[in-house]
Amino acid sequence: MKPASFAYFSPKSLDEALANIAEVGDDGGKILAGGQSLVPAMNFRMAQPTALVDLNEIQELFYIKPTDTGGLVIGAMTRDRTVELDSLVKKRAPIIPECLYWMAHPTIRNRGTFGGALAHSDPAGQLPVVAVVMNFNFHIQSKDADRWSGADDFFVSVYTTCLEADEILTGIEVPAMTKMSGYSYKQVSRQTGESALLGVATLLSLDDAGIVKDCRIAYMGVAEKPVMAMEAMAMLNGNQPSDELITEAIEATVKGELDPGADIHASVEYRLHLARTLGAASVKEAVIRAAKQE
Amino acid sequence: MSDLMDIKVTVNGTVYQRSVEPRMLLSDFIRFEIGLGGTHVGCEHGVCGTCTILFDGQPQRSCITFAVQADGHSIETVESLGTPEKMNPLQEAFQEKHGAQCGFCTPGILMTMKAFLKENPHPTEEEIREGIDGNLCRCTGYQNIIESVKLASEKMSHSGSK
Ligand SMILES: Cc1cc2nc3c(=O)[nH]c(=O)nc-3n(C[C@H](O)[C@H](O)[C@H](O)COP(=O)(O)OP(=O)(O)OC[C@H]3O[C@@H](n4cnc5c(N)ncnc54)[C@H](O)[C@@H]3O)c2cc1C
Ligand code: FES
Ligand code: FES
Repeated sequence: MKPASFAYFSPKSLDEALANIAEVGDDGGKILAGGQSLVPAMNFRMAQPTALVDLNEIQELFYIKPTDTGGLVIGAMTRDRTVELDSLVKKRAPIIPECLYWMAHPTIRNRGTFGGALAHSDPAGQLPVVAVVMNFNFHIQSKDADRWSGADDFFVSVYTTCLEADEILTGIEVPAMTKMSGYSYKQVSRQTGESALLGVATLLSLDDAGIVKDCRIAYMGVAEKPVMAMEAMAMLNGNQPSDELITEAIEATVKGELDPGADIHASVEYRLHLARTLGAASVKEAVIRAAKQE
Repeated sequence: MSDLMDIKVTVNGTVYQRSVEPRMLLSDFIRFEIGLGGTHVGCEHGVCGTCTILFDGQPQRSCITFAVQADGHSIETVESLGTPEKMNPLQEAFQEKHGAQCGFCTPGILMTMKAFLKENPHPTEEEIREGIDGNLCRCTGYQNIIESVKLASEKMSHSGSK
């Protein structure tokens, strides 16, 4: 058997799970969601949790619901594949299925969960960068507390979120994509289902005169967590999105805000090149999509 | 060693009751506790796909799920497809089109494609390529696998079988 021994809990309700993790969380116990990241790490013995609290039998954590304000709430255990194929998600937050298409393989997405991919905080993950650009709201519960966290506070670093050892991410609120909003998710990986070398997500709106409003752009694969392209956003907001301006705005972010590392898959220069080309392509696609709506 | 847990798992329609350690992987359970060696184990970290089984009808990796998580659930392995005398159309197609060479990846590909063809009975070549992108094969170069899946989809639509 590859993994080290652990005590196993399979609670049937959220209350029971919160009691279990309150008991074992501080002594090295962990939450088990889809297990598509945690179990490989256990097979390598890179992770050796003393106990696992398995959320897979808790029916109340599997749901996709509309909110009155035009957004969605998604239960943390909803399978990635379910979210990807859901018609309400496609209608209200089309950037989510667009990025999930790139995440691992369908077989992995059949088991992996929406909450797990966020709680894992993989710097090359597709969902964290989309969470930052859309500003997801995270519902976090423990036996004695109940709180919400914005995406800026939720992601802390590589595989690290603001979740405490006794807390469970139970639901994710996806805000409404404003009317006329254009979106785009782009990434480059060596093959589908492999870790992305770099990715970029864009959301923006155009007013009646075609001026950019509410532009948000974020990169993944350049730092320990998603990075907002503040300079490019500031240059694009309030202006006509000409090709020249888009190129200039992305260049300002690439020069001033991005500091990617090198690894065996890509050099610093190549990542910066991807940041330029994918960044500009993503903004252009979002502009075209925004212009097409009404 | 941690305490043994009693579990009840339906494998290919038969209910099996066993006592296992929580850390036992579902792939090891299928191979060593149930004695079904058709499910292969390659990487044991979710990458190669040869351990793919159907878990409540959905293709999943058995090497990154624990046996205790299958308690009360239903598993299908490659042994459920057919026998050498009476093969499933998918198996026939792999034989006719030479979709297996060493056969190491084949169980995972067959189970992935069983669910794939059920969802998408008339796939394009592009869709087949995407459908097997989570299964590694070191022998065939994939061409014959793609041909086999195409033939299987034709066979299945003619015979009306699932
Ligand atoms: C072959 C392969 C390729 C992959 N490729 C990609 C890829 O391209 N992009 C990508 O983003 N991911 C990829 N993954 C990872 C996959 O998407 C994971 O499923 C996902 O990142 C984690 O989700 P999970 O539900 O499996 O979580 P688990 O593995 O169960 O958990 C991951 C971590 O989050 C914690 N956690 C999970 N849920 C909660 C919760 N509700 N509350 C508190 N803590 C929680 C766990 O304790 C654990 O530390 C890949 C995996 C494989 C096997
Ligand atoms: S053995 Fe399970 S994916 Fe390789
Ligand atoms: S036939 Fe040998 S690995 Fe696929």
